[in-house]
Amino acid sequence: MRRKLTPYLLALPGWAWLAMFFVVPIAGMVSLSLTSGNVITGFYQTFNVGNYLDAITLYSEQLVRSLLYGLGATLICIVIGYPAAYWIAFHGGKHKSTYLLLILLPFFVSFVLRTISWKFTLSDNGVVLGTLKSIGLLPADFAVLNTAPAVVLGLAYNFLPFMVLPIYAVLERMDHRVVEAAHDLYASKLQAFLRVVLPISLPGVFAGGLMTFIPTTADYVNASVLGGPGNTMIGSIVQTQYLVNNDYPIAAAITFVLMGVLLIGIFSYARALGTERVMEVQAK
Amino acid sequence: MTVTLDDTAAPTQAPRRTRKTDWGKWFTWGVLAWLFAPITFMIAFSFNDIQGRHNVTWEGFTFKWYGGVFDHAELTQALLYTLAIGVLTMLIAGTIGSLLGLALGRHRFRGQGTTNLVMFAAICAPEVVLGAALLSLFLLVGIATGFMAILLAHVMFTVSFVAITVRARVITLDPNLEEAARDLGAGPWTTFRLVTLPMLLPAIMAGGLLAFALSIDDYIITSFVAGEVTTFPLWIWGATRVGIPPQVNVMGTLIFAVGVTLAVINVIVAKRRRS
Repeated sequence: MRRKLTPYLLALPGWAWLAMFFVVPIAGMVSLSLTSGNVITGFYQTFNVGNYLDAITLYSEQLVRSLLYGLGATLICIVIGYPAAYWIAFHGGKHKSTYLLLILLPFFVSFVLRTISWKFTLSDNGVVLGTLKSIGLLPADFAVLNTAPAVVLGLAYNFLPFMVLPIYAVLERMDHRVVEAAHDLYASKLQAFLRVVLPISLPGVFAGGLMTFIPTTADYVNASVLGGPGNTMIGSIVQTQYLVNNDYPIAAAITFVLMGVLLIGIFSYARALGTERVMEVQAK
Repeated sequence: MTVTLDDTAAPTQAPRRTRKTDWGKWFTWGVLAWLFAPITFMIAFSFNDIQGRHNVTWEGFTFKWYGGVFDHAELTQALLYTLAIGVLTMLIAGTIGSLLGLALGRHRFRGQGTTNLVMFAAICAPEVVLGAALLSLFLLVGIATGFMAILLAHVMFTVSFVAITVRARVITLDPNLEEAARDLGAGPWTTFRLVTLPMLLPAIMAGGLLAFALSIDDYIITSFVAGEVTTFPLWIWGATRVGIPPQVNVMGTLIFAVGVTLAVINVIVAKRRRS
């Protein structure tokens, strides 16, 4: 009897914490998203679906922009992260763990601080652009900040390790002899990669894609710091509605619209990659 | 995603030596240079002898900000909040996350699938959703925002990371070792204390450090539930418009140095354990 209870007792504190502060809050937010009222009169449950219509019609611009930026950042992460993960896994030799450590080290500087550092590094007359302008390599009105590419690159920068790690994990685990087998069967380097290595590594790309697409689409730190007023993303709207305007019903509704959009994105992404083993990949 | 730094032994063979340019290596080092660019900037400008409020252009070298690192009372207070919350998160999430990971890795029980799914969702959910949901709950139930609310939130979003780190290690443990201990007359508690726990310790420590790192780094979730409390990332955010004092660079540099030291020690210990 005692042995049967053991796993439940072990799991109980963690489980209870997740239930109380993750599952219940999401349910609470559903309820909040259907209320009417304002912060002075209080909020009443009226099953007001109109909040969702408002969320979509008022903020479709920011929603679409967030999706595009998230997608762009994810693609950049794949293009940059895959070759790096591949090289470390196949050619890192005995320094593999050192390279991985180097990829992770930037996390020891606060996310906000790293982003703000980019802002100062790339400011219009800062160390980089100022120098290039003074020697005449760039026109005086050239700017990186407050542009869409600055936001997308900032997002890619901040979430790149989340792409490298899962791809690396899959490539490192695979039996490298299958590549030799492909060469023995007269596959060229490119063929061996496209028909052997890439298919095996797709679950890693998928996992990495999830770990970058979701947080980049919902992020607003990069957009606020690097993008200026013209590049507002949907996360920023959620934050402003909650913390500044105190319009909780619409804020909660926007949050769920964002979640819905993300889920649609994830499923179409799964389709595109032909990966049906979403959970399986994550379980590893 | 498991973020343990020990590389598992894989059947790799020495790469063939070629005299051609190793483009892969150059590329990887290029990526690393990109990753470290703003950090280099941050460290360099912690030595910048600025006169005004804006730490953007180079005005000369000085050590004075290191001497006066705690001159901004509010900033120091924010850093103390961040460190206190980080340590408490590490202890609480480290403990209950390890227990959860042990249960998931070692036992089969009802609700296991649901637990995995909830953990997966908690890891994948965007921070803005987690922050908004928690604030919704706190508003509905009437829990005050502030220090306790931040701690509750940080344990919530880090506990799954600890659990999967520990679970990954539990799965690879050889059950024969525990059996051998029992054969030698050890009770379940003694077996756990003398055999299971020492083998799990690197994973528990890695999980705890991960929780600490995630906690001190967090801006988005914290901004929702912080109320009047200002943590280090929140303070920096608030100071962007009026100019970030060099003390921020100094603190960032010091935290980075501590993190690097801990990570290097972790790698060395892991290497020594294996050999």
